[in-house]
Amino acid sequence: MEEAKVKIPDNEYYQKLEEYINEVKHMPGTLINVLHKAQGIFGYLPVEVQSFIADKLGVPYSKVYGVVTFYNFFSMEPRGKYVVNICMGTACYVKGADRVVEYFKQKLGIDEGETTEDGLFTLTSARCFGACGLAPVLMVNEDVYGHVDRDKVSEIIKKYKEKEKNE
Amino acid sequence: MAQRLNVLVCSGASCLSSGSIEIKKKMLEEIKKAGLEDEIRIIETGCMGPCELGPVILVYPDEILYKKVKKKDVEEIVENHFLKGRPVERLLYKSPETEKLIKKHEEIDYFKKQKKIVLRNCGMIDPESLEEYVALDGYEALGKALTEMSRDEVLKEIETSGLRGRGGAGFPTHLKWKFTKDAEGDQKFVVCNADEGDPGAFMDRSVVEGDPHTVLEGMAIAGYVVGASKGYIYVRAEYPLAIERLRKAIKDAKEYGFLGENIFDSGFDFDLEVRIGAGAFVCGEETALIHSIEGKRGTPRPRPPYPSISGLWEKPTNLNNVETYANVRHIILKGGDWFASIGTESSKGTKVFALSGDIQNTGLAEVPMGTTINELIYDIGGGAPEGKEIKAVQLGGPSGGCITKEYFDTPIDYESLTELGAMMGSGGVIAMSQDTCMVNTAKFFLDFNTFESCGKCTPCRVGLKQMYKMLDKITKGEGEKGDIDKLVELGESIKKTALCGLGQTAPNPVLSTIKYFRNEYRQHIENKKCSAMVCTDLLTYTIDPDKCKACTLCAQNCPVDCIDGERGVVHEIREDECIKCGNCYDVCPFDAVIKTTGELE
Repeated sequence: MEEAKVKIPDNEYYQKLEEYINEVKHMPGTLINVLHKAQGIFGYLPVEVQSFIADKLGVPYSKVYGVVTFYNFFSMEPRGKYVVNICMGTACYVKGADRVVEYFKQKLGIDEGETTEDGLFTLTSARCFGACGLAPVLMVNEDVYGHVDRDKVSEIIKKYKEKEKNE
Repeated sequence: MAQRLNVLVCSGASCLSSGSIEIKKKMLEEIKKAGLEDEIRIIETGCMGPCELGPVILVYPDEILYKKVKKKDVEEIVENHFLKGRPVERLLYKSPETEKLIKKHEEIDYFKKQKKIVLRNCGMIDPESLEEYVALDGYEALGKALTEMSRDEVLKEIETSGLRGRGGAGFPTHLKWKFTKDAEGDQKFVVCNADEGDPGAFMDRSVVEGDPHTVLEGMAIAGYVVGASKGYIYVRAEYPLAIERLRKAIKDAKEYGFLGENIFDSGFDFDLEVRIGAGAFVCGEETALIHSIEGKRGTPRPRPPYPSISGLWEKPTNLNNVETYANVRHIILKGGDWFASIGTESSKGTKVFALSGDIQNTGLAEVPMGTTINELIYDIGGGAPEGKEIKAVQLGGPSGGCITKEYFDTPIDYESLTELGAMMGSGGVIAMSQDTCMVNTAKFFLDFNTFESCGKCTPCRVGLKQMYKMLDKITKGEGEKGDIDKLVELGESIKKTALCGLGQTAPNPVLSTIKYFRNEYRQHIENKKCSAMVCTDLLTYTIDPDKCKACTLCAQNCPVDCIDGERGVVHEIREDECIKCGNCYDVCPFDAVIKTTGELE
């Protein structure tokens, strides 16, 4: 991991997380809930955050790490501001989702799972969103785009780049 | 006050992402402008089913269905239809055969052959309104069960109904309930599997998003029978709207006393909690799901003991799928005999299918068991678009198999599908035409299963990887004679030896495509040919010099600069450098780029 990109999250984040942990601590089997919350706060789950959670929940760090690495949803790498998540469900696959991934790779110059140098885009794929009627479909953060083709890929990238410029 | 018109705006996942919220907003504005606020009510509903026609709007009491509505159409609908009583014809559905306009939504083929039990409320009510659910007999079944029936009587009714698990395996529901009921334990649990991970399946999502209370009610009834006071709904993280709606539904139901303590003054307590998955397909397997609720890695364990004996925190646990629970209240209200009168000898009731792939009417359809595949994909699904022919359907997702057109007259039930080497599965139906390569499809599913394998047992972890490698080789034109037999042999042994359902069924997509499409495998291996033109390594791109207008567009878009030529000079692709990305083929405005496959004659 390159050092420069990893910003050690500040105390405010940890405080927020601790408040949540205290709220749900009594519930059995709550580790996954806490990890969801933590990823929501920090954007990803660096080792420092994992060991913080282990400490506060009173579970071994190895258990937290084991769970984080088991589930695809949890990421130990920082992600771009906009996560392009391409559905690779069967319906999308049949309608050419792998081509859509290719378009993004070409346009962004990154591979799947990577983040662009400006920290703007991360390219990932997911298993079926359950929006097969829109195949091929993708999400950029919470926004859904259906019937995606080559032109739409360019439009989408442009849209977020412009959004960034205006902010 | 009763309104003159009720306007239902579909807010299922598909319509939502094609702009239904904007349409609703605009409609509210326009209605206000026209002074119709008191006469017309707008209701945001769950999925109505015909996703291909989305965004969809249904107007009651006329039952008029508008399709592919855009924001700019709203003014016209309000002005002409709501004010003047003249439906906007250009937005109505047209019969594809007769070109005739169809106004009433029930007359549309897509709806005609369906029978809605599970989806009865989906698309009809506001999923976030408990009042609307109650108005349509909501929580009446729970009341009846708690106040008029003993636990055994409820169980008997489920037994009479013949309801079987809708998650795929088809285990009789009453037996599962009975095992949990009879199991010893101071604390028991009821769990709902809403971890709908099969790619191409979105039935459970639609039920939970469109009618969440129906699931809660079914779970509460199950809780009463088995003696559980606590339940969990395990939903995948990819369904944020479903999570939100379930949480709201639980909160509302508690406020009204349909959940919580002493429900209907019966002394029965039942509480529910939503647990969110974190992106692991294997968590659809029941023992893995239980581990995940416990906050652990979602790895399966050998059974027995089954969850009904030792499940969540080693307590007796009844675990069913969303659709199974959604059937329960109807069985209690209308009786097991009524339910058993629908369907076939061995499979009762209805099944919800999610139609997608190379099919015209993508969407959700609920049909009685025993409906043929033909009826499902042609009468309801409308067949493949652009005059293509459906050569096979894939059922049961990554655990299932395909069924070829020779068998499309097979009535759908658990046994007949298994006999054909497919399975009911959760209900995803993916249509495949001549544009779908079966070898590539098998590879896709195997890639899925290999990735999702939890790694605990060797046959699944190592065996699937080897199968994947072989398939990858074949799709790259490096297949060798004997590969097909090796695939079959390896697949069969994984089926026999893997630990859980994922591994035991993972080879199915490969075995079934080999069974029915061996010829496609052979073509890939012997002729280096992919007739569906899907496997990129087997394609060759050339430029037809007669058609090429030398516009340089292809050369500009070639990522590896392997196209020679300039303005006025006909272009040519240097084949040995071509990475077969297909950019040139896509961008050429004159169709001058030709795609071929197979060894040159």
